[in-house]
Amino acid sequence: MKSFVFPEFQIIRDEEKCGQCRGCERQCAFGTHTYDPVQDRLISDDYKCVGCQRCVIFCPKNAIVVRPTPSFYRPNASWSREKLEDLKKQAETGGVILTGCGSDKPFRIYWDHIVLNASQVTNPSIDPLREPMELRTFLGAKPDMMDISAKDGDVEIKTKLSPNLMVQTPILFSAMSYGAISYNAFRSLATAACKSGTYFNTGEGGLPREMREEFGRCAIVQVASGRFGIDAEYLNCAQAVEIKVGQGAKPGIGGHLPGEKVSAAVAETRMIPMGTDAISPAPHHDIYSIEDLSMLIFALKEATNYEKPISVKIAAVHNFAAIASGIVRAGADIIAIDGLRGGTGAAPKAIRDNVGIPIELAISSLDRRLRREGIRNRCSIVAAGGIRCSSDVIKAIALGADAVYIGSAALIAMGCTLCQKCYTGKCNWGICTQDPRLSGRLNVDIASQRLSNLITAWSHEISEMLGGMGINALESLRGNRDHLRGVGLYEWELDVLGIKGAGE
Amino acid sequence: MPRIRRELYSKEICACSIFGAMNRDSERFTGAGVMKAIANMHVRGNGLGGGFAAYGIYPQYKDYYAFHLMFTGKSPQAKLSAKKELDAFLCQKFDVVYDEEIPHGDEATVSDPPLVWRYFVLPKKQGEDPSLSDEDYIVENIMLVNTRIENAHVFSSGKNMGCFKGVGYPEDIGEYFMLDKLYSAYAWTAHGRFPTNTQAWWGGAHPFSLLDTTIVHNGEISSYGTNRWYLEMYGYACTLQTDTEVIAYAADLLMRRQKLPIEIVAKILAPPIWDAIDQMNEKEKKLLTTLRMVYAPLLMNGPFALIIGQTGRMIGLTDRIRLRPITAATRGEMFYLSSEEASIRLISPQLDRVWTPNGGEPVIGELNSMRKVLQ
Repeated sequence: MKSFVFPEFQIIRDEEKCGQCRGCERQCAFGTHTYDPVQDRLISDDYKCVGCQRCVIFCPKNAIVVRPTPSFYRPNASWSREKLEDLKKQAETGGVILTGCGSDKPFRIYWDHIVLNASQVTNPSIDPLREPMELRTFLGAKPDMMDISAKDGDVEIKTKLSPNLMVQTPILFSAMSYGAISYNAFRSLATAACKSGTYFNTGEGGLPREMREEFGRCAIVQVASGRFGIDAEYLNCAQAVEIKVGQGAKPGIGGHLPGEKVSAAVAETRMIPMGTDAISPAPHHDIYSIEDLSMLIFALKEATNYEKPISVKIAAVHNFAAIASGIVRAGADIIAIDGLRGGTGAAPKAIRDNVGIPIELAISSLDRRLRREGIRNRCSIVAAGGIRCSSDVIKAIALGADAVYIGSAALIAMGCTLCQKCYTGKCNWGICTQDPRLSGRLNVDIASQRLSNLITAWSHEISEMLGGMGINALESLRGNRDHLRGVGLYEWELDVLGIKGAGE
Repeated sequence: MPRIRRELYSKEICACSIFGAMNRDSERFTGAGVMKAIANMHVRGNGLGGGFAAYGIYPQYKDYYAFHLMFTGKSPQAKLSAKKELDAFLCQKFDVVYDEEIPHGDEATVSDPPLVWRYFVLPKKQGEDPSLSDEDYIVENIMLVNTRIENAHVFSSGKNMGCFKGVGYPEDIGEYFMLDKLYSAYAWTAHGRFPTNTQAWWGGAHPFSLLDTTIVHNGEISSYGTNRWYLEMYGYACTLQTDTEVIAYAADLLMRRQKLPIEIVAKILAPPIWDAIDQMNEKEKKLLTTLRMVYAPLLMNGPFALIIGQTGRMIGLTDRIRLRPITAATRGEMFYLSSEEASIRLISPQLDRVWTPNGGEPVIGELNSMRKVLQ
């Protein structure tokens, strides 16, 4: 059938500069560039280009430009080009439109409507280069009070404490499984997490055996609806266990790792036969209610001898705050909430762009809910989905999060350009693929260095902003909405965020 | 479901002078010296607030809780109607053994004074109340008065002690309540205020108090929003629109309800930095790490110096990087704390010892003993 869809990108090759080295041909897994020996020149097929910019960056002669094509259709506010073309694709295939990465739709990004405070006169700002600035954070349940016995200056703690995760900076790597991402990408995240005093999350793909001893100390292992890759050692080598209930990019639906991505190593790690589809069902089939969840939480606590905090990750949806409160009462030590703009390796576009609520609103309403119920100290909140920079992190914390997960941001640090083709398994950047030719492009030393540089850079910026507010410990900013003001928001939005308007 | 409104509270910012004097032999003395000392720091205030806390002033009623009430309102009628409402509430919840208007000087000398009354009471618990301790019962009812009864404010509620405060320079407030003539106490704390962003109201002056704990504070609490939500979880309603209130409530929560010793409380309000904790021996490291982990929301961030008064003791504390220092001094049985050494020297030119405590290190003066702990 002849496709009526226009190419999304246009490839412009400067023939003067091109040295016919065929580098671009090798770089592109989508087969965009081919060499014509007769003419001794490279031919590019715009239709195949996904706009990942790999060939552009790696062309030794800087001879290629790839840019989005303008729309050729008559302008129509209702029928945008994307709507027209998605419809055409479905008419041509009869299939669900798949996509990758977080939603690119123009939902209001509240981060960009919130401004931070700074000290002037009455309270000195603090220079982080001269004074200590503390970002250390503990994730897990805290008791309501501490019972101690003091005898002759010798103090004993009598209260039994829950296990907590200590992070040196409130930024963790979000769940991305080995299988969805390449071994090198996975290992880069693990290496960087250990180096930066934070944690990576295995996602639902298991933790390869040879990585357990070295990287278990900075791993959060996930238990999800497919139960892939779980054994006692997997649970116990990590520092925390996360039950994944939902994901911001695709609340309410499961996951599907196609058989072609299930290589021998992935199969071994996931504990499934090679080449079979790895399907994570939409719900956990042993969790149809909150009491079922509680049983799983305690099963995992038993399995880990009550030595690890248990996190429950849910997508931020309409009534999630009440659900999260139930989850805390069900025994969870950490609630991870994933917002509307959270990323994914593969999701139906209709779901990704239409289900869930923005993370900023979710953080604030969850924090408020737990405070009102007097159980805020019984769990930590880790926020995910759309954290792009250090100021997003600090705003998330002032709205009530304890820490954030970053997924897309981490991938971008490794080279990702958000081309949204993760589901094809052909990632030219070697991140979201199991093709050894492609994944070999990602050098673990370099990628992990880029990741830990990112953490370092953001931590410095957070310290600067914190010092500017006259605060020298991050814990004094947590839930401290006093330091935030809204710009250009409606009254109801300010109400949900719990912040004043600028100038108020 | 009604929409949850925004948490539109406003925090007051102020710079101030603080002073405290205590006789560790329990000898009682009038407020004259303290008024003179705080007046010496006149320029640290701007006439928008001054106040005193005095311990040991009601020996004849020492077994009763002394409630000091403020009735505000535009007209005398409004004040009286607030009092009427309060009286009805009080009679229902407490046995009032004696009450009177707090004696004061000429109203013309101060701006817009409220009606200030004192009641000596005992709890009258009914129904499910007996399960509460007397003190919890009183705190609960103070929160009720301060949030529910418009124009009535309990600003002092301990036994054998009292707060006196208002709008004006502290020396004017002292004179208005005749503290130099009518009262003698074994410990006094005082406060002169320099608020930058407030409409003057008498309840907003320091000290802030709950039961017998009083706080005078100089500085700004940048962690107010965080401290506030944590305290609200434990039933403390922050109604006075000032950051000092959170310190009073934190002290009440930690010291009275959770029974933590002051040395531990100081490490919660102004903990050592992580770099220092990491260098400590295993036992101390574990204790301080746990304290910071559990009580992170009660860390008081931002510059402060404060004096906590309690029955039998007076405690000075500064923020952990000492952005607002405090001076401590002793002379014989007298123990002094002050924003400035000059004020101490003014009333006691000869001193045995004068020092500036380190950030986050509490200085504790107790009757007949002086401890310096948890080094």
